[in-house]
Amino acid sequence: MTVPGLLPVHAGLRPPTVNFSLERARRQSLRVVAVNAVGLYSLVRLERGAVEPGVPGQFFMLAAPGSVLPRPMSLCLAPPGELAFLIDPIGPGTRALCALEPGDAIHVLGPLGNGFDLGVEQPLLVGGGIGIAPLPYLSEQLGQPRAVLGFRSAAHAEAAALVPNAQVVIEPTLVTALVPHEPVDVLACGPEPMLEAVRRLAPRAQLAWEAPMACGYGACYACVVDIGGHLKRLCVEGPVLRAP
Amino acid sequence: MSIPLLNASGCLDALTAPDVARSLDAFVTKTITPLPREGNPPPRIAETAHGMLNSIGLQGPGIEAFLSDHLPVLAALGIPIWVSVGGFSAGDFASVCERLDEHEEVATIELNLSCPNVEEAPETSAQIVAAARAATTKTIYAKLSPASWDIAEGARAVAAAGAEGLSLVNTIRGLALDPRTLRPRLPRAVGGYSGPALKPIALACVHACSQAVDLPIVGMGGVATGADALDLVAVGADSVALGTIFFSDPGAPVRIRAELEAGAAALGFAQPEDAKGVASEIPDLQEFLTA
Repeated sequence: MTVPGLLPVHAGLRPPTVNFSLERARRQSLRVVAVNAVGLYSLVRLERGAVEPGVPGQFFMLAAPGSVLPRPMSLCLAPPGELAFLIDPIGPGTRALCALEPGDAIHVLGPLGNGFDLGVEQPLLVGGGIGIAPLPYLSEQLGQPRAVLGFRSAAHAEAAALVPNAQVVIEPTLVTALVPHEPVDVLACGPEPMLEAVRRLAPRAQLAWEAPMACGYGACYACVVDIGGHLKRLCVEGPVLRAP
Repeated sequence: MSIPLLNASGCLDALTAPDVARSLDAFVTKTITPLPREGNPPPRIAETAHGMLNSIGLQGPGIEAFLSDHLPVLAALGIPIWVSVGGFSAGDFASVCERLDEHEEVATIELNLSCPNVEEAPETSAQIVAAARAATTKTIYAKLSPASWDIAEGARAVAAAGAEGLSLVNTIRGLALDPRTLRPRLPRAVGGYSGPALKPIALACVHACSQAVDLPIVGMGGVATGADALDLVAVGADSVALGTIFFSDPGAPVRIRAELEAGAAALGFAQPEDAKGVASEIPDLQEFLTA
């Protein structure tokens, strides 16, 4: 759970307080355009309204019908007029989000947190499972660079169709087998063991981390991970962190 | 002023969301302890059907870094600053209160006598209040746990020891299991239960304490709408604090203030404070029987 040694991607650049203005703090009610099956995942597509898509790797808090707490989701795609989120229905909240019907409305807050640093020369996207969620939008912003993706089954791997120029492996082969030895700028999102392995292979990798989170804007102190030797809030310092 | 709205301690960070803090009538800090605290290991939250458990464990900078790094920023917010104080002995509470006493930016001290996620002080709440009372001339509110058979007795005890107000209520200890393993979802097993499920418990506590003592009460527990806030006023709260609702709606203060005004007006009250204590009025028995 704790990952010593990780640092904020934007260390030194960000002011000590987050400029979370009252305007940005206002959650918006967005209508559901459609929910499309993508392999075993669901792509939940919302009308964008006045909400900005933000930087790839930033996240939004989506209010799940019937839940007390919203769910943090990174943006998967930003088609014109829409915001789309790739969701794995693994619990009551994510199942309720995947069961939304066209025309339903949900509250959305964001974009939140610090996304990927896009100033990279030789990007390689690395994704595992539902961790590929932010990669389609990231790929688009970086001009469709090479990507390597790992999934636990062929059915899950159908989601690889969302990421251009992707090589895909299925367990027991691990995605790290496709990470080259020459220096590249790795931008990764996936389960913790994958991020740990990527970080050993690729110094300076940008890793999109995940943690149980209640608020997404620094209020609850739930989402702490070990950052630079101390428990710090992932929503404020990350969720994209850099391996030293 | 209408019914003042505050945040429940630990449910909003004015440093990361200053504009949200400014939309309140007063800001209450996360609990400050004598020394810096790293807090409990993650995971720290577990959602349940009608609420959430938290086990943050009083993560915080400690009093010295709070005074040097945080308080000047909070003072610039332009609203009254309440400092929540915690510790592991009456001496801890007294030492933090003594350091706060010299800072005029601090409007009120709220003693966190009831954190469900750390070891308790050996002294009683009344002894801690008395120690804090001797260490500061600031207004002291005592924040009590709802997990008490007779919270009115606790309210009378802290009032006698010098508390000038009550914050009711803190979270109540709860536990949730992982359905796949039947093991606790939080590392310390238990956490503080908050959210909609806490509201009836908070109403009962405020109701009992408002009859027992003549102290102002900040009511809190499961407030998500103006109607929830009006309920707390009706059982005797003078002001209302918002907690778990901040995690889903940072715009809650503005929304709930508007809903509270409209809800009170719809029931025929010129202003929300006119509904104060109406739930405790002795009903006309004849009217009650024929209704």
